[in-house]
Amino acid sequence: MITIKGLSKIFHTKDQDVRAVDDLSLNINKGEIYGVIGYSGAGKSTFIRLLNRLEDPTEGSILVDEQELTSLSKGKLRLARQEIGMIFQHFNLLWSRTVHDNIAFPLEIAGIPKAERQKRVDELIELVGLKGRGGSYPSQLSGGQKQRVGIARALANNPKVLLCDEATSALDPETTDSILDLLVDINEKLGLTIVLITHEMHVIRKICHQVAVMEEGKIVEQGEVLDVFLHPQKPVTKKFVDQVMGDPEKETSLQLIKDNYRSGEIIRLHFVGESTNQALISDLSRKFELDVNILHGKITQTQKGAYGTMFVQFDGDEKEVERAIEYIESTSVEVEVNPHV
Amino acid sequence: MFNEWFPNVRMEDMITATNETLYMTLVSVAGTFVLGLLLGLLLYLTGPGGLWENKTLNWITASIVNIFRAIPFIILILLLFPFTDFLLGTIRGPQAALPALIIGGAPFYARLVEIALKEVDKGVVEAAKSMGAKYSTIIFKVLLPESMPALISGITVTAIALIGYTAVAGAIGSGGLGDFAYFYGFQRSNFDVVFICTILIILIVFIFQFIGDAISRKLDKR
Repeated sequence: MITIKGLSKIFHTKDQDVRAVDDLSLNINKGEIYGVIGYSGAGKSTFIRLLNRLEDPTEGSILVDEQELTSLSKGKLRLARQEIGMIFQHFNLLWSRTVHDNIAFPLEIAGIPKAERQKRVDELIELVGLKGRGGSYPSQLSGGQKQRVGIARALANNPKVLLCDEATSALDPETTDSILDLLVDINEKLGLTIVLITHEMHVIRKICHQVAVMEEGKIVEQGEVLDVFLHPQKPVTKKFVDQVMGDPEKETSLQLIKDNYRSGEIIRLHFVGESTNQALISDLSRKFELDVNILHGKITQTQKGAYGTMFVQFDGDEKEVERAIEYIESTSVEVEVNPHV
Repeated sequence: MFNEWFPNVRMEDMITATNETLYMTLVSVAGTFVLGLLLGLLLYLTGPGGLWENKTLNWITASIVNIFRAIPFIILILLLFPFTDFLLGTIRGPQAALPALIIGGAPFYARLVEIALKEVDKGVVEAAKSMGAKYSTIIFKVLLPESMPALISGITVTAIALIGYTAVAGAIGSGGLGDFAYFYGFQRSNFDVVFICTILIILIVFIFQFIGDAISRKLDKR
């Protein structure tokens, strides 16, 4: 859907040239939710603004749905932009217009006749769950509702791509979740390709299929969200993963666990993908003559299944413990006996 | 009682003078609004980061605005005599004051327009761009509606300054309350006439301020 090759953006300042985006290449498939994560100053904001040419690239090419964006004339670019929706951290609604008229704005720009506009706006208000609020002004809405208007507005002209520029960063955690749910819903219902940038790993974990980690204008790591969670390569990625997972080894001293639970075996279970659906713990205690004691852990859900680490204690006959471990090894759960401190 | 206190005040003269002042004010406010809006938009759009960023054009516009704002109004009227004469064929009466009033008021209002436009959230302009809006759409459907309350407050302030200018224009015989107060009041030592003219001007100012505030408040949905 989106193919980016050798994309660079250099800002010239008085003292120096800043390479905000540096020779970046990337492929985003149709219907995917693609997350770009990075700390502020990593260049992700510039990156997403290059995708609809709110910034003009210094070098490189951007192909959106077979169309080369970088070479378009102003008129053609305007038409291309109508097929790329965008939502913003601070919503950027027109305060002088009602919710209804804000959503109608992109339709006015596209030259849709009034009767048709009316119908489309009503559909969109319904889609984003703002029924009955069409006559309100943005100042009468909460942050989450404002972003819903932003989303409805971005979807008005049936875009192929939705760009989300830190769309949830100004919202509280609960509202963030409801907006993310809405984005997933739209992605599934409309098959829309979504590109989002964020500094919150929580957002990536919750809705993205693919993730790219950005640092100093470059993508340092990318892949399926679960893979990146599982095997983070770069220190910056590890930091982001720890943001949601915590670092279990650091959080609780393993030594403390070992001191407190001297009998049986301490086992570390690593859940990846679907495995938690198997109800492993209750399986174990049903199939084997042993007590399973949960000591510490955290499991979290991603778009591709559950992910997390758990420490348990197996107490029982030595043979039985061994058989239980063999059993776990036959599942997709990774297991480590007596993990090192 | 009224005749005892204000022996020299004749109602029909007062009504004529008030009408002349209102005429000059309303027409010059309308003219200033249009010309000031154009100049203000030009200042904003050609300014740094504007849609038509252009240093030369911006410098030229800013210079014109600054020069005309720097000229004291009484001198501006005198300077514009040939222009007014050419345009209207006369240099006396309420109509003859209009070119000077508009040319004096527009640069002042242009700066207020520029400030109002600068207050419009850049993000909203960006959002409109991301939807594929043309520049004309951005100007007429984003910039002007979003800054409307400030544009209205600005024209209210300008209108009140213009009411003051109409009185100054009285010095060259433009008619209106200023003219009447000076020639029939001050010069003939009819201070009751000066007093009533002052009251009427204050009333007009209050009415303009009240209407301006009301419209601005009604438009502001923030």
